[in-house]
Amino acid sequence: MRPDLRLSVRDVARRVAREVPDGAYVNLGIGLPTLVADCLGDDREVVFHSENGILGMGPAPAPGEEDPELVNAGKQPVTLLPGGAFFHHTDAFLMMRGGHLDLTVLGAFQVSETGDLANWATGDASHPPAVGGAMDLAVGARRVLVMTTHTTRGGEPKLLPRCTYPLTAAGVVDRVYTDLAVLDVTGEGFLVREMVAGLTRDDLQGATAARLSFADDVTELVPGERE
Amino acid sequence: MIDKRVATVADAVEGIEDGATVLVGGFGASGVPVQLVHALLDRGSTDLTVVTNNAGSGETDVAALLRERRVRKIVCSYPRSAGSVWFEERWRAGEVELELVPQGTLSERMRAAAAGLGGFFTPTGADTRLAEGKEVRVIDGRRHVFEEPLRGDVALVKAARADRWGNLVYRTAARNFGPTMVAAAALSVVEVDEFVELGELDPETIVTPGIFVDRVVRVGAA
Repeated sequence: MRPDLRLSVRDVARRVAREVPDGAYVNLGIGLPTLVADCLGDDREVVFHSENGILGMGPAPAPGEEDPELVNAGKQPVTLLPGGAFFHHTDAFLMMRGGHLDLTVLGAFQVSETGDLANWATGDASHPPAVGGAMDLAVGARRVLVMTTHTTRGGEPKLLPRCTYPLTAAGVVDRVYTDLAVLDVTGEGFLVREMVAGLTRDDLQGATAARLSFADDVTELVPGERE
Repeated sequence: MIDKRVATVADAVEGIEDGATVLVGGFGASGVPVQLVHALLDRGSTDLTVVTNNAGSGETDVAALLRERRVRKIVCSYPRSAGSVWFEERWRAGEVELELVPQGTLSERMRAAAAGLGGFFTPTGADTRLAEGKEVRVIDGRRHVFEEPLRGDVALVKAARADRWGNLVYRTAARNFGPTMVAAAALSVVEVDEFVELGELDPETIVTPGIFVDRVVRVGAA
């Protein structure tokens, strides 16, 4: 596929950020989803949650201002905003599992057309398995958004009829944002809502293993500045 | 007269037996009771089951226990991180058993033990390989997995300040598993930066009441 018919990671983060409502309590997964925080404008007040017991998590501190105990889920130094709070782990996961977070944005290895998510293991037995809080977030957040590349680096589709990697959770994904399209998970599989300008439906289907359907009013995604 | 303060970290880990299940607080490097874990190492304790979120990194704390072959089993959610060299080496050699538990389930299993409960049903992990062999029940139309309580013989935790009754306050996100772990173990040992007089901690803001704590030791600010 032509490289100009693809959104940058920053473009995808910007698109996801538009989906975050004012006043929302949000947990951003480790990796690419953390970019979404940088793309929210000043017009919205959003409270970020971290699984290690933080609400009102702020951006990285200035160099030299790091507190080794005040870290995010990826163990990177962060700050606390005015109004923020600390609490213990069991309460942090009560918020996640118990439906108290309005939305989460997660990365993915694979997503199935029924909303199954695989984002913690590839089945490679040469590395110890590690799951962290991925399963709790996936089952518990009110809206589960996935942010991922449409295919692997090797060009293999990530949107499949069924996941082949071990599941994180079954039937939980609401919407997927990729570098090619925005797709809802519906009772009838993936429904394309938006796709990159210039891309054909055949192009998109060709990069997707699951069968796609298309909304009546598919809108165009326009790549921003190149990175 | 209640006085849970002990003079040294060696006193703090006195009586911990080989084969014990040890709950170790911390999330990454945040809130890890490094001095207590090293006291356990110096004591020579071995054949341990360690319950902790990460499996240590570099050469300190849980990584040092693994390096010195003191750990029989690790119960944790995320053993793989930059620098988790000793866990990976021992795991690859088949020298340490790993029980992988989703992070919220890990914490809630300890809470269940603390609360005197026989376990709980959670949607976390349903339809995944981490639920294999476990009882599943449909509750409110959703599949839930039965999880058992997880009790410690010992909890090793880090806090900021304690009084002689063992009341605790923590610092920022270093709190993490501490309040749950001290309540879930038969013997709870806490290292703190500072001792304060009884009555000095604001009762409205005490995070862990001393009933859950058996020993506190001052190790000074990191």
